[in-house]
Amino acid sequence: MVTTRASVDEVWGWLAAVPDPEIPVISLVDLGIIRDVQWRGDTLEVTVTPTYSGCPATSIINFEIEAALLANGIENLSLKRQIAPPWTTDWMTDTGKAKLERYGIAPPQAAGGPARCPHCQSVRVEKISQFGSTPCKAQWRCTDCLEPFDYFKCI
Amino acid sequence: MSVAGLIRMGDNTLVLGQRVSEWCGHAPALEEDIALANTALDLIGQTQLWLGLAAEREGAGRTADTLAYHRDAWDFRNLLLVEQPNRDFGVTMMRQFLFDAWHLEALTALSAHDDAEIAAIAQKSVKEVTYHRERSSDTVIALGDGTDESRARMQGALDRLWPYVGEMFSADDDDLTDVSALKPAVFTYLETILAEATLTRPDSDFAHMGGKTGARHTEHLGHMLATMQVLPRSYPDATW
Repeated sequence: MVTTRASVDEVWGWLAAVPDPEIPVISLVDLGIIRDVQWRGDTLEVTVTPTYSGCPATSIINFEIEAALLANGIENLSLKRQIAPPWTTDWMTDTGKAKLERYGIAPPQAAGGPARCPHCQSVRVEKISQFGSTPCKAQWRCTDCLEPFDYFKCI
Repeated sequence: MSVAGLIRMGDNTLVLGQRVSEWCGHAPALEEDIALANTALDLIGQTQLWLGLAAEREGAGRTADTLAYHRDAWDFRNLLLVEQPNRDFGVTMMRQFLFDAWHLEALTALSAHDDAEIAAIAQKSVKEVTYHRERSSDTVIALGDGTDESRARMQGALDRLWPYVGEMFSADDDDLTDVSALKPAVFTYLETILAEATLTRPDSDFAHMGGKTGARHTEHLGHMLATMQVLPRSYPDATW
């Protein structure tokens, strides 16, 4: 029997091309929610961790993973949900953070607030609300260009 | 046997999540509407984890959804505080603040639970509830230390809800952690924020009991469940 099983590295490469359904400029790998990829016999096991426990994108994310892997010929797939250790924005890749900022979303900062306005780079910013358009974001405003923007909360 | 304790945690987040979601489209400002909806979403997400684990441990073929939609008021084990009606925005935010103060301490204690699955849910929830408490505290301070009208409403909300605070610390063997031990830390936090909000904590330590044991819920729970459960009760096999 000829084995044509994809390598784990190839699978990571495919997953790096799957966009986050809410913020399509970053991939699921950029977001840091793919925790593990491994073969268990003939079955590919992908471990995914949710960002927020109530995030409605979770089921769509699982669907997107299945669709992407099926398109690459993976037939036996097992998606494993893992909630511990809990997802943290520290797992977001630097590439992901840079993509977010270019898209107009201030990336998470350890200080707990955006470093600068993603539109005009001014550091003069103020918080409008701790909660934004999705659970993972807060609403901020630049006091120079006056544009509101999303800030990806640090958790 | 941890099922009863898991159901208590899940019923608290379910009932409060449903209550808070009643504001969707009705809050006094768009930002508040979004914040309330996000808080409700976090709480419902946590419910899926708590009740999901409860159902799994029970091993009777039930799911988180069966527990949420196919139990009657007397089967619920939530605190009386969380089933209290929204009334005005001040009452809603005071209820949230009182619960968040307890919830964060409870989850912090549960994060070190011997049972790894319980600890995992608590660790996940702590991150979300930290934001809930920050926001409800800020709002209580802003409205308490606000205008005469907002201050009077917040003091009224505190007086109205205070008799439901004591139940949060009434402990029994079904609890996942000794909730009576949480009281000093929760009270220290409450007093700090209430002082900043220029609000006065009522002297009375009278406490209504019966929510977490299911012995005597307030009349409000049944009405809330009627709305929450009508669809899956009327069409038990409905999917969407």
